[in-house]
Amino acid sequence: MTSLPIKSTLKKPHQAGFGRYLVLAALIIAVLVVLLPFAIVVINAFKTPTDYASNGPLSWPSAWSIDGIVEFWQRVDYSQKLLNSLLISASVAVIGVLLSLLNAFALGIGRIKGRVWLLILFMVANTLPQESLVYPLYYLSKEFDLYNTRFVVILIFSVIQSAFGTYLLSSVFSTFPKEMLEAAMLDGCNKLQLLFKIIVPVSRPTLSVLFTFFFIWTWNEFFLPLILLISNDRQTVPIAVGVLQGQRNMEATLSSASALLGILPCFIFFLIFQRTLTKGIAAGSVK
Amino acid sequence: MMLKRSTNSGYWWFLLPGLILFVMVIAIPFLMNIGTSFTNWQGVGTPKWAGFDNYARLFRDSTFWASFRNNLAMLIAMTIVPTLLGLLLAAVLYDYIGNKFGSGTASFFRAAFYLPQILPVAIAGVVWAWILHPNYGALNGFLETLGLENLTRNWLGNRQTALPSVMMIMVWFQLGYPLVIFMAGLQRIDPEIYEAAVLDGASWFDRFRFITIHLIRPEIFVVLLTTTIASLKVFGQIYVLTRGGPGNATLVPSYFAYQNFFEKANVGYGAAIATVMTLIIIVLTIIFIRRQSAEEL
Repeated sequence: MTSLPIKSTLKKPHQAGFGRYLVLAALIIAVLVVLLPFAIVVINAFKTPTDYASNGPLSWPSAWSIDGIVEFWQRVDYSQKLLNSLLISASVAVIGVLLSLLNAFALGIGRIKGRVWLLILFMVANTLPQESLVYPLYYLSKEFDLYNTRFVVILIFSVIQSAFGTYLLSSVFSTFPKEMLEAAMLDGCNKLQLLFKIIVPVSRPTLSVLFTFFFIWTWNEFFLPLILLISNDRQTVPIAVGVLQGQRNMEATLSSASALLGILPCFIFFLIFQRTLTKGIAAGSVK
Repeated sequence: MMLKRSTNSGYWWFLLPGLILFVMVIAIPFLMNIGTSFTNWQGVGTPKWAGFDNYARLFRDSTFWASFRNNLAMLIAMTIVPTLLGLLLAAVLYDYIGNKFGSGTASFFRAAFYLPQILPVAIAGVVWAWILHPNYGALNGFLETLGLENLTRNWLGNRQTALPSVMMIMVWFQLGYPLVIFMAGLQRIDPEIYEAAVLDGASWFDRFRFITIHLIRPEIFVVLLTTTIASLKVFGQIYVLTRGGPGNATLVPSYFAYQNFFEKANVGYGAAIATVMTLIIIVLTIIFIRRQSAEEL
């Protein structure tokens, strides 16, 4: 009842209306500084080397040229890199979610013995630095003839991501309404049916957040793929772009084109997944 | 009760694939790495038992300590500065811009500050590596067009500027993360608390200090912990930007471990570095788990 007039005091600026434009201007400048590198990458990726040499990095391209982008695309066989990244990230997302689901079903719904310790184990595994696994993984994958295969990268990241997924899903599943589970059991559901006919459909939003996270995290990975994938035709986008960086025969416009080609897929994912992601970041932050 | 007892038994089977893979991909390699850290090994032949030699060497190794000093710089650039800036920005966007220009404007700013976060770390490094390139980079080119030739330098190749440059890049990259989490946290605060504070004559800064910071303490804690752990793991940016150089000016523990594993073939020593990093991170994680379970009670 009293809340109406209070709200209006909040909405009305209590100091002169000018101050807020100062704050707004300061924020706009800060945003421009943050976005400037993106803008520089975009405009210079479309310049010719001569245009860049004569007009510098901040001028508008005198003619929009895609030569640099095409040259970089062909030089690293970018289509192949895209395909590798897509294949690895999508497989990890599917297998990772599936593994998390099975683990969390046993831990969160089944509440099996020792679940607290298992959960702590998964959580600690989730924060382990990859440096502490990298050499044995490198060594073992050579021993088993899996070195330099996309398969081994998919396998490793599915397990690493599922450590996080298990932890998150278990805590979600532990709040699953008991009545629903018991009703399903009384109807003669076996456990597989319980999992895939009852629990999966109900928790689809959480699963899609997990899928998105796994996909993007795997796409962004650098350290392990750098070590495990050495042949050109199996590398991912970040590795191809990152390793070419700083090679002598790179021109400014070519560097810019490579950065642009690295940014673009992530930007597209961001637009596609934005809703799921912002929801997920909020959900994942506390708990 | 009867139902529960009889149905609980079959759940172990579901854990089996996950657990087997976990043991193969994480547990065994992890234990192998600890084992290796007590040996001398070039990566081929039989490892020679060395006891605590690698660890003793670590404590005397000035390069190792240099990498940890640089790690503190990463902590400042990835945890402390982004958290402080993120708090201020989140409060300004939520409680000031949101009120005076509408929540759409606030969301736009949030998305813009978040944009660098969508990049893979290596790509963020590539963006900056060419902007800061000594010969053809955009920054030096920009300074030249302004007639400030004497300010141009080899930003990443110079001892004085390499670490500060990397730190700036990390702040740019990292800022969006605390901002998004803090703004999400602010959304669960009852606006009436702010309204009451305004009625009591609290200034914007008072509200920021006494309400905002106080109420989103859980989010602040999560951000501090996750970014501290992330700062210990920095690798991709250093690999792309400086390879730890010039000298050891930007060397971090993760890159130091990588050098020993794959460039110097000091596998035992690299494993010891990785084990020390792991210990620090596990201690931080345990603090986190205890703190979180304490809050859930």
